[in-house]
Amino acid sequence: MTLLEQFRLWLGGIWPDWAAYVLPAVVGIVIVLGFVLTLVIVFIWYERRLLGRFQIRLGPNRLGPEGIFQPLATAVKILLKEDIVPAKGDKVVHWLAPLIVFVPVVMIFAVVPFGERAILADLNVGIVYVVAISSVSVVGIYMAGWGSNNKYALIAALRTVAQMVSYELPIVLSILGVVLVAGSLSMTQIVASQKIPFLLLQPLGFLIFFLGTVAEMNRCPFDLLEADSEIVAGYHIEYSGMKFAMFYLGEYGHALAYACIITTLFLSGWQGPLLPPILWLLVKIMAVFSLIVWMRATLPRLRVDQLMAFAWKGLLPMAIINLFIVAAEVLWLSEITPWLMVAVNFVFAGVLVLLWSKLFTLGGGRVEV
Amino acid sequence: MKFERYGIGIAKGMAVTFKHLFRAPITVQYPEEKLIVSRRIRGNELVWYPDKCTGCATCAKSCPQGNIEIATHVGDKNNYVVDKFEVDTGRCMFCGLCVEACPFDALAMGSSYERAQHRRKQLVLSKEELQLSDVRQPSGYARPKIEASLPKQSLLIYWDKKEGGQKLSWLGLSKKRGRGV
Repeated sequence: MTLLEQFRLWLGGIWPDWAAYVLPAVVGIVIVLGFVLTLVIVFIWYERRLLGRFQIRLGPNRLGPEGIFQPLATAVKILLKEDIVPAKGDKVVHWLAPLIVFVPVVMIFAVVPFGERAILADLNVGIVYVVAISSVSVVGIYMAGWGSNNKYALIAALRTVAQMVSYELPIVLSILGVVLVAGSLSMTQIVASQKIPFLLLQPLGFLIFFLGTVAEMNRCPFDLLEADSEIVAGYHIEYSGMKFAMFYLGEYGHALAYACIITTLFLSGWQGPLLPPILWLLVKIMAVFSLIVWMRATLPRLRVDQLMAFAWKGLLPMAIINLFIVAAEVLWLSEITPWLMVAVNFVFAGVLVLLWSKLFTLGGGRVEV
Repeated sequence: MKFERYGIGIAKGMAVTFKHLFRAPITVQYPEEKLIVSRRIRGNELVWYPDKCTGCATCAKSCPQGNIEIATHVGDKNNYVVDKFEVDTGRCMFCGLCVEACPFDALAMGSSYERAQHRRKQLVLSKEELQLSDVRQPSGYARPKIEASLPKQSLLIYWDKKEGGQKLSWLGLSKKRGRGV
C-alpha cells in the first residue's frame, strides 16, 4: 500500500468519498511536480557547470554561490521575451505543441518509485505506461515542426519521428529482458526484485537501453533534431518566450525522467545501504545524468544514415539476441546462483559488442553497405 | 587483433574528456583577473610628458588622421609653451607613428586597454588627461628603455588556491603542469 492510499483511507473515515479521493491525489501531484521542477532547474545548472569543467571552462558562476541561481535568471529572461508566432504558421498547432511535448514528460513521474511506498500511482503495468506516455511527446515535436511553417523545423521534426520510431524498438526489447527477470511490469516490483542491480545482471540490456534513451531524449551524440550547424535550432526555431521555455523544460524533464527510469530499471532504484531512499535515488539519477553530460562533452554528432543504421542494424538485433539469452537464462539458470547469470551475461555482452563493432567497420568505418 | 575499431576509440575519447575535468579552468574572469598584456602593446591612447615636449608638432604632422591638435606660443626663454594638446581618440587607429616620430621621447603609447566612454565628447583628451597617471602608464612600443622595465606578458593563468586564491601564476607553471601554450 502506498503512502497516498494510506492517506486516502485515513481521510475516508472523516471526509466524504470524493474529497478523500481528490485531496491525496492533489497533494501527491503537487509534491511530485515540485520535486521534478526543482530537480530540472538543478539539472540545467549542473549540466552547464559540468560541461564547463569538461571543456576547461568555469561555467556560470556569477549569480549566487557557484552560480546556482543562473537557471532562474535564464528562466526570467526567457519568460520576459516576446511571444512570436509565425504569420503563416498553423496557429493552433503552434500553440498546442509545447504542451504536448511537456505534459507527457511530467506524467512519466507518476510511476517512478521515490521510496518503498512513495509512488504516485503503483500501476501494475507501470513500465508499459512509461513507454506509451513517453512516445506521445514525438507528436508534440512533429506538431512544432509542422506548425512553424519553417523548412528547418520540419526537417528536424521528420528526423525526430524517424529517430523515435527506430529507437523505441530496442528500448522496449531491452525493457522486456528486465521484465522477464523481475517477473512483473510494476515499477515497485521491479525495484523490489533487484537484490543485485540489473546493471550487473544485464549489462548488454543496460547498454542498449541507455543508448536508446539518450537517442529518445535527443541529446548528444543523437541530437540531430537540434543540430545547430545544419538546421539552426531544429523544431523550436520559431518558438520564443514561454513556449520555448516549455520545450527547454521538456528537454531537461525528459533527461530527468529517463534518468529516473534507468535508475529504477537497472540501478535498483531507491535501494541502498545507510542513506535514506530518496537520497540514494538522487545520487543514482545524478550519476546517470553525469554520464549523459560526459557523452555530450565527448562524442560528435552522428549523421542521419549513421543514426538509422545504429538503431536498425546495431541496437535492434542486439536487443533481440539479448532478449532470447535472458529468456533462456530465466528458464534454465534462475534456479542456480544469480552470479552465474552475471558472468554469462558479461561474456555475452562483450562478444556481441565486439561482433557488432566488426559489422559496423565494413567499408572502412562507413556504415552504408 | 586491433581494437581501434571495437569501441576503444570511443573509450579513449571519453578518457580524454574525463582528464579535462581535473585541469584548472582556463577562463580569465575579466574584471577581477587580468592578464599582463604584451610589453610593446599599442594600447590606450598616448602618454604625454609635458616637461620633455618642446611643442615642435612633429607628432601632429606625422599623424595620418590629423588627430593631434597642438597650439603653442613663444615663452620668455625663447621656447614654445604648449597651450593645447588634444587627441581625438575616437579617430585614433593606434598606428604609433606619432610616438616613433617624436624626437624628444615626449610621447609613448599607453599600456591599458579600457577606453570605453559614455559621450563622444569624452573621447577628445586634453593635455591634462594625457599625462602620466595611475591608469595611464606607458608601454614599451618604440621605447626600449620602458620596455625593459615592464613585466613579461602572461599567456595563461592558473588559479592557485594555496596562495589565497588571488595569485596568478604564469606560463612557467602551466608548462610544469603539462599544459603547454
